[in-house]
Amino acid sequence: MKRKKGVSYAKYGYIFSIPFAVIFLIFSLYPILYTALLGFTDFKGLGTKSWHFLDNPFQNFILILNNDSFRQSLSNTFIIWTANFIPQILLALVLTAWFTSRRNKLKGKGLFKVIFYLPNIITAASIAILFYSLFGYPVGPVNSLLIKLGLIDTPVYFLINKATARGIVAFIQFWMWYGYTMIILVSGVLGISPDIYEAAEIDGTTGLQAFWYITLPNLKTILLYVLITSMIGGLNMYDIPKMFMQGGPDNATLTTSVFIYNQAFSGSYLYNRAAAASMIMFLIIAFFSAILFYLLRDKDAIERRKENKRMRKAYKERQEAEKL
Amino acid sequence: MKKNKKSQSVLFKVVAYSVCILLVILSILPFWIMFVNATRSTFQIQQDALSFIPSKYLISNIQILLGKTFDPLRGLINSTIISASSTLCTIYFSALTAYALVAYNWKLRSPFFTFIMAVMMIPAQVSSIGFYQFMYKIGMTNNFLALILPTIATPAAVFFMRQFMLASLPLELVEAARIDGAGEFYTFNKIVLPIMKPAMATQAIFSFVSSWNSLFLPLILLTKSEKYTMPIMVSLLRGDIYKTEYGAVYLGLALTVLPIFIIYFLLSKYIVEGVALGGVKG
Repeated sequence: MKRKKGVSYAKYGYIFSIPFAVIFLIFSLYPILYTALLGFTDFKGLGTKSWHFLDNPFQNFILILNNDSFRQSLSNTFIIWTANFIPQILLALVLTAWFTSRRNKLKGKGLFKVIFYLPNIITAASIAILFYSLFGYPVGPVNSLLIKLGLIDTPVYFLINKATARGIVAFIQFWMWYGYTMIILVSGVLGISPDIYEAAEIDGTTGLQAFWYITLPNLKTILLYVLITSMIGGLNMYDIPKMFMQGGPDNATLTTSVFIYNQAFSGSYLYNRAAAASMIMFLIIAFFSAILFYLLRDKDAIERRKENKRMRKAYKERQEAEKL
Repeated sequence: MKKNKKSQSVLFKVVAYSVCILLVILSILPFWIMFVNATRSTFQIQQDALSFIPSKYLISNIQILLGKTFDPLRGLINSTIISASSTLCTIYFSALTAYALVAYNWKLRSPFFTFIMAVMMIPAQVSSIGFYQFMYKIGMTNNFLALILPTIATPAAVFFMRQFMLASLPLELVEAARIDGAGEFYTFNKIVLPIMKPAMATQAIFSFVSSWNSLFLPLILLTKSEKYTMPIMVSLLRGDIYKTEYGAVYLGLALTVLPIFIIYFLLSKYIVEGVALGGVKG
């Protein structure tokens, strides 16, 4: 009976995984490999059927890495991401500290969370065009507001200036994501054992000290998770820069995703170059994912270790010896 | 000392509430301006683009908007078909895959899970060239199935479902069903799925919204205007034909945003909870 159970049910593990595996192979793995392959070919132009491998297989990669627009897109992505992430994480941390403060209980936290998260769920394409309209020139709500407040005398053409255009894209990203980050961090703090805080309170710790010495160290993994997923998200940034200014003005908001799209699906349809650029992006993302993967794995391993500790004393000692 | 603490606490509350209210305004204001300007005429907007009071030009804006290429009803129907089918595929097959990972002891179980974790972060963009060429070759561009079928394999949803199942699916129940002679597939559909309802509901909301909002792949695959989804439709508002029709542009934006607004305010509690569970990244 027992033997039968072990053998006969295991096959359902395979059977139930078939849909996922088949669809993944067809629609994800094959396209990735195909993209990688096309990166080594001369495949370009609309309606082209045949392609050949290039004499120098890395020609597309060399061209892309030396392409000014691509380099610009990498640096834009980095600038916009940084300008969005630093204020985003700082604001999220401050809000997290306030919302989880044990001494000063704020009211309406639930409502605040709902409203702060709102921009994140709205179609990014619509938001980009909304901001394009809001920053309109010579008439637009933002210009009207700034004139009414007496901050400027004449309307400013925000969209044509490289720095302000980038700033607006970074602001939209910040505005869309700080609520998300805050909710993640708050739930992380709620996961920290209240005993630690109680003990600290008995010792006379102030709220700020508790945040600095207890909350932050305990949030380390979650902060890294937020950092890395945000970086990967930043590399994929497409909807906002594409819809806001089509990567302009003068390539100031051209991100790597917009670059790839433009190479492949407009102008001369350089599928091979776009494929090479995709693979470069893939490698960068794989690198960041590997770090994240390691972090999440480590966490599971620690949990497993804890379980083992409870079960087997001898095993625990060996583990500790390993740790040392 | 006590008094000092009290005044400190008052100061804290003043600062905290002020900042929060400022952020509330920041979150709401752009949408408020959008909804208000959707009811104002282009002339009014040109006079003063910033107004908080709705006007009475909604009907004329609707006429201008619909008189051109923007077809919100078509976009709504297409987006609903794609998003609803994608959502069903995602939640059903993710639950099935997660069940395979949790309930059965098979040799490749842990490598398979590791693999799912590893590919979780790969975005659609990096394989888009190969994906497009592949779809083009088999004649599936302008076919919604090209956007729906891939969602059967959604690694992040499998991960989320697995975490939920590990915590709240009693395997004794499955054992009991076996003793009663239920088939494995029957057990999954009739016993496991009902238990998974909360996780499926959370995942359904996020799959639906992310599918509804997605732009990159639909923009590549759907080139015929009768196949346009809402986000592609939106991009028309950025074009030359609506260049001077400010009121109509705001109205078009408002129409694309409205369905998500309604869903959000109906389900906000579950959505915020779902985000807190960390199961999703939009």
